Amino acid sequence: MSSDGDANVSPAAADADGASAEADPVLAVDDLRKRYDDTVALDGVDLAVADGEFVAVVGPSGCGKSTLLRVLSGLEAEFGGRVAVDGTDVRDGGSDAVGMVFQEPRLLDWADLRENVAVGLPADVDPDAPAARELVGDLIETVGLDGFADSHPDELSGGMAQRVALARGLAYDPSVLLLDEPFSALDRLTKADQQDHLLDVWEARGTTVVLVTHDVEEAVYLADRVVVLGGQPGTVEAVVDVDVDRPRERAAPDLVALRREVTAALGR
Amino acid sequence: MAADTRRESDVSRDSDSGRGSATDGSTRGAESHGLGPVPLPAARRFRPLLGLLVPAALVGVWHLSVATGVFPAYQLPTPLRVAETLYGLAASGELWGHVAITVQRVVLGAGLGIVVGILFGTATGLSRTASDLLDPLLQSLKNIPSLAWVPLFLLWFGIGETAKVLLIAVGAFFPVYLNLSTGIAAVDEELLEVAEVYDLGRVESLRRVVFPAALPDLLVGIRGGVGLAWMFVVAAELIAASQGVGFLLSDGRTLARPDIIVGSILLFAFLGNCSDLAVKEVRDRVVGR
Repeated sequence: MSSDGDANVSPAAADADGASAEADPVLAVDDLRKRYDDTVALDGVDLAVADGEFVAVVGPSGCGKSTLLRVLSGLEAEFGGRVAVDGTDVRDGGSDAVGMVFQEPRLLDWADLRENVAVGLPADVDPDAPAARELVGDLIETVGLDGFADSHPDELSGGMAQRVALARGLAYDPSVLLLDEPFSALDRLTKADQQDHLLDVWEARGTTVVLVTHDVEEAVYLADRVVVLGGQPGTVEAVVDVDVDRPRERAAPDLVALRREVTAALGR
Repeated sequence: MAADTRRESDVSRDSDSGRGSATDGSTRGAESHGLGPVPLPAARRFRPLLGLLVPAALVGVWHLSVATGVFPAYQLPTPLRVAETLYGLAASGELWGHVAITVQRVVLGAGLGIVVGILFGTATGLSRTASDLLDPLLQSLKNIPSLAWVPLFLLWFGIGETAKVLLIAVGAFFPVYLNLSTGIAAVDEELLEVAEVYDLGRVESLRRVVFPAALPDLLVGIRGGVGLAWMFVVAAELIAASQGVGFLLSDGRTLARPDIIVGSILLFAFLGNCSDLAVKEVRDRVVGR
């Protein structure tokens, strides 16, 4: 885990410029087409994400956002076009380098937090080894849940449960961490806390993140780049660079302007 | 996220200050009373005993109806007579032999049925093909009444222990099989996706996700299976046995001793209840936290 972290470009260096993504993208999506029976969900999506970059994908319901993540994470075996992670097609094991935080926490409710986070450990790591236990403990601390290692999911609030899911994703030490509307079920205040927390973790670890959301404010506040999916079937409508230094002010005029730009691209 | 941890520490600080103020007698102590352990109201502690009220009344009615001649004593003995008979059997040592062999049959039969039930339930729960092949057959076999198997098992395995243990195993098998098979097939698709995304692999996802998720169903099945094992042991012992509580029961009929019959029935009720409570206890420990 640490060796990979060292190799990562710091998030500040991987700037929001589209140009950096073209250099040597961690995630490369070319002309992705995906259909379910008679319904075409995605029709020619292109996307390149650079190492350490934070990309948000926004779009209305039914535009194929979640389908995109399912393809990237290897949960959909059948699709057209090319999707590669670290240069390996997701159908040939490329998806092994992808971690995912689902919309719901999806925790094992019979297991304690330690065991839940350990689910994310790579297959060749023995979860009972001292090093692995230490790593899991560190991650629980990283997501701000120290003291809860032996608790069970039913003792946690929604926000805390979602952070366990984040720790599980980080334990996997993925090349790309996918987040599928992870904050959509949370109340406003908890949501803001969780967003800041995610930024802290991302900045500290330099993990490449692709966040799917329908919340334009969230996308603009968090991401280096906002990809607007739209239409039915889904295609990339626009890409908006968020060239604003962090820490950002949610109500800052430039963010508000970018929010308007994204909203306009959504056709609203 | 800070909000959550803050809330936790607030709670602990509250209880700390509560304890402190109780000793120094400050006004804030009043709040802490609500947080302290409240002794159970006396009435609630005796609540479980309410369940004994109706059986006790029934025993009273039973005694009265025999004593006043509503039922002749050769058909229904008094409760006291039944107790005396059981005590006599126990004191002479005869009872323990019957109880021991019956319990042994139930343990062996239920054990075998549970093991085979787990094997088949796992196979059909995991594999669509195994389910398509085996499930229709097993679903129809489960409808055969226990007594219908007895002549066939006697023919195949003689009147020894094998026939009885196998018969009981058949009884215990079906609830285990049905519950586990459904439980495994019904494991949350969302959790299986988690296992897939994090590349747990076949064995690990079975060990860490599928089996723990299906464990409550398995335990429900085991509880049902043990219950059926007691039904099947009676069927086996009534017809072909020279020892056991079921034999005692039929012996009571041959000897025209209603006290032995009623005593054996009560013995079955008691033993069945004990095993059910034991399984329930195991289930509560494993599943309920």
